[in-house]
Amino acid sequence: MMRGVVRYLRRNPSLALGTVLLAALALFVVIGGMLVDIEDARPLSAPTLRAPSWEYPFGTDRQGRDLLAVMIAGTPLTLRIGFIAGFLGVGIGTVLAFIAAYYRGLLDTVIRGIADIGLTVPGLLVLIIIAVSLKGTLTVNQMAIVVASLAWLYPTRTIRAQVLSLRERGYVEVARLSGMSGPAIIFFELMPNLLPYLAATLVNAVSAAILASIGLEVLGLGPIDAPTLGMTLYWVNFNAAMINGWWWWWLAPTVIIVMVFLGLFFLTVGLDEIANPRLRRTA
Amino acid sequence: MQAAYIARRFGVFLLIVWLAASLNFFLPRLSGQDPVRTKLLQQAALGGYVQGGIDEMTKEYERRFGLDKPLWRQYLSYLDGVAHLDFNYSIANYPRRVSELIADALPWTLALLGTTTLLSFAIGSFLGALLAWPGAPRWMRWLMPPLWALHAIPFFLLGLILTYLLAFQIPLLPIFGGYSAGAFPALSWRFATDVLQHALLPALSIILVATGGWALGMRGMMVTTMGEDYVTFAEAKGLKAPTVFLRYCLRNAILPQVTALALALGQILSGAVLVEVIFGYPGIGTLLFQAIRENDHFVIQGVVFTVIVALGFTTFVLDVIYPWLDPRISYRRA
Amino acid sequence: MSEPVLRVEGLRVAFDHPLGKVRAVDDVSFALMPGERFGLAGESGSGKSTLALSILRLIKPPGHIEAGAVWLDDARIADLDDDGIRRLRLAGIALVPQGSMNSLNPVLRIGRQIADAFADHGLRLGHREEQRRITALLAAVGLPATIARMYPHELSGGMKQRACIAIAISLRPKVIIADEPTSALDVVVQRQVMATLARVQQELGAAVILVGHDMGLMAQFVDRLGIMYAGRLVEVAPIADIIARPRHPYTRALIAALPSLEARGMLAGIPGLAPSLRELPSGCAFHPRCELAIDRCRAERPVLRDIAGAQVGCHLA
Repeated sequence: MMRGVVRYLRRNPSLALGTVLLAALALFVVIGGMLVDIEDARPLSAPTLRAPSWEYPFGTDRQGRDLLAVMIAGTPLTLRIGFIAGFLGVGIGTVLAFIAAYYRGLLDTVIRGIADIGLTVPGLLVLIIIAVSLKGTLTVNQMAIVVASLAWLYPTRTIRAQVLSLRERGYVEVARLSGMSGPAIIFFELMPNLLPYLAATLVNAVSAAILASIGLEVLGLGPIDAPTLGMTLYWVNFNAAMINGWWWWWLAPTVIIVMVFLGLFFLTVGLDEIANPRLRRTA
Repeated sequence: MQAAYIARRFGVFLLIVWLAASLNFFLPRLSGQDPVRTKLLQQAALGGYVQGGIDEMTKEYERRFGLDKPLWRQYLSYLDGVAHLDFNYSIANYPRRVSELIADALPWTLALLGTTTLLSFAIGSFLGALLAWPGAPRWMRWLMPPLWALHAIPFFLLGLILTYLLAFQIPLLPIFGGYSAGAFPALSWRFATDVLQHALLPALSIILVATGGWALGMRGMMVTTMGEDYVTFAEAKGLKAPTVFLRYCLRNAILPQVTALALALGQILSGAVLVEVIFGYPGIGTLLFQAIRENDHFVIQGVVFTVIVALGFTTFVLDVIYPWLDPRISYRRA
Repeated sequence: MSEPVLRVEGLRVAFDHPLGKVRAVDDVSFALMPGERFGLAGESGSGKSTLALSILRLIKPPGHIEAGAVWLDDARIADLDDDGIRRLRLAGIALVPQGSMNSLNPVLRIGRQIADAFADHGLRLGHREEQRRITALLAAVGLPATIARMYPHELSGGMKQRACIAIAISLRPKVIIADEPTSALDVVVQRQVMATLARVQQELGAAVILVGHDMGLMAQFVDRLGIMYAGRLVEVAPIADIIARPRHPYTRALIAALPSLEARGMLAGIPGLAPSLRELPSGCAFHPRCELAIDRCRAERPVLRDIAGAQVGCHLA
């Protein structure tokens, strides 16, 4: 079993690379959580503005947070926003896509129209309006819901197209002729074929949701007292850490964010390869 | 046939305008209370030198959106204002009007975003096409990993990194703003170079990232296109490699890229807003950021509306150009 | 006796594959006389289309030409550099692509797709002369001049295929390779396109290699027919001989599969499936499907032998 996995990963290096990057982050969070006191992610728990040292490997910020603790506490928070929003988005998107693609007609036109128009609207701005309209500051979970409110647009569009192309295949026709009901066809014939594709879409949606959440946070619309990666960057910008040369403050969140996005990106590429093996030859 | 197609696309554009306006009107009211009113009352309670203006604004606001009026009355009143590009006064910068603030900021964003988007689309697409082409030089393979890496970084993060490298470590370029603090905005050579210097870092952070994305997308499309029968036939016709590459492969592979461009505009803009914030670039993004900080609802709503409409219009233009790029489309859809 | 215009000698084309090399064309030789119509017939997967493309050196990786040579007059095609082979395509040997394929660039007007070739083959024509030639070529294949301004999606299948023929004859080639030119066209259009191809071929005096699987079409069109099976030529003979006296059991089966007016009723199929090129049977590749197979067929691969004006690769012929 293990050997089979390894052999497959060798043929699909993107999947391997993505997995390794994300696993490294997971290890960092888990092991770090055992060694470091997460409470140090709060302000005033360390001396301010220390460059990295043995005591504070990632340095400390202007409000006296231990940046190592901030990263250990913040990485899972940021990922949580991404996963909640991503799952909600793909879940809603899948249902809408199946309804649209399976029943066609007016329903399809409306769903596709909304998704198409929604996609031309810059998501971040709509999220800004939503976030500004909500009273007070957001919690991490509310943040996820806000991001999810637009996260279903892209999955709806792409999954619909995928279902439409699957629908034309012979076996769906056979199932229909043999008297299978609509929902049965969806679950027994379409779903299994769509799973790898859904997985790739999910990873994509998670990535987009994280990007959106970080965007909101950098603009100051995030959960002010949560040490997420985006909020850390907000404080970086707020305190003009760039101009002041406090490089460690932004280095750690930048590296982790890049790792998250790269990991998710390679995971999508790898999953795409499973969903669509035709690519394998050409890649 | 052509006219009907354009008319339909324009209809979609109008729909977007209407949706953007409605979004602006209804979303803030969803939370049960009117945050604009809250803010105005807060501001009025604070007092200060603009007090007179705020009082006036509050009165004006009450007149048009007063709680005694039914919702649909308020809504129509709002639509009427939007139709006249009237977004009210800026709460934080009274007596400046929101439309003035936007008019000041918009050219900066248009110039920055227009140039960077076109450049990165052109460079990225061409690069991606070459990356898929067997006749391309070998060293180009080494471009793939950096392109992947760049593509995965948000614009503004690269902006941070570039700032540190090119403005702080090696002080080559100015870090902040749209022009030097002492410079006087005028149509002079000196001011122009000053503006360009300030635009370079924000532009670079957008171009580098976006180029990676376009290159990766184009490479995939090229691989598919190169397998098409008409490419084999073009080779059988003894056409020169550049002809096959440009007129048969690239020309067809670019079509889905243009569609993708129309879909990506929103995302690009979202990213650019953050870049402006990071660099304090005097465009729409920074205006929005300041408005968010000061809870200046009229400015936020005005900016969001303007941007959605501008993007809707760009999409409309792309839609109109598209049949000219792909002769099949006007027949298929119209 | 004139010299052959095209000679193919011992041509081998292989495709590299992680699971092993696949030989799509194996030791194929034949010669083509000026103005001759030569047919290459076989089931799909028999290597006939690969053979057609490899004559033009259009095989792409992972496929490659392993051995053998193709001569056009006195020029050995393998010796040409990239630019040389490019100039030889269309001007020396032209391809008429498969009718089922979208061989025309969807975003270019037909006229442009004809004129493309003029420019790249060093013809510097003025605008007026170019238009005149395009009109003449379209007329030669029975298309009105207005077609030049149209896009491929505005044409029917038959018109597209005529346009492809117009392109193929635009530089007056010596050899035309027509790779299943009428597949996916309905029968009436098929006939019209073949008649057009025959007419322009006669006017040019070009030799034609017609690749296909339709024995009826072959019988009507070609002078001489080669039968391919699993990458090899198994029989080559004048068309009248082959119809009247097929010598290879596979050829016999192909001809028996033809519907005829006299014998109504069930069509005779060929039992079994075409072999996978990756796991070819030992000896004669056809033996698992052959009723007459003897032990020798399983052990020894037959070579082409001359028998009364025909060449046959069968131990029993």
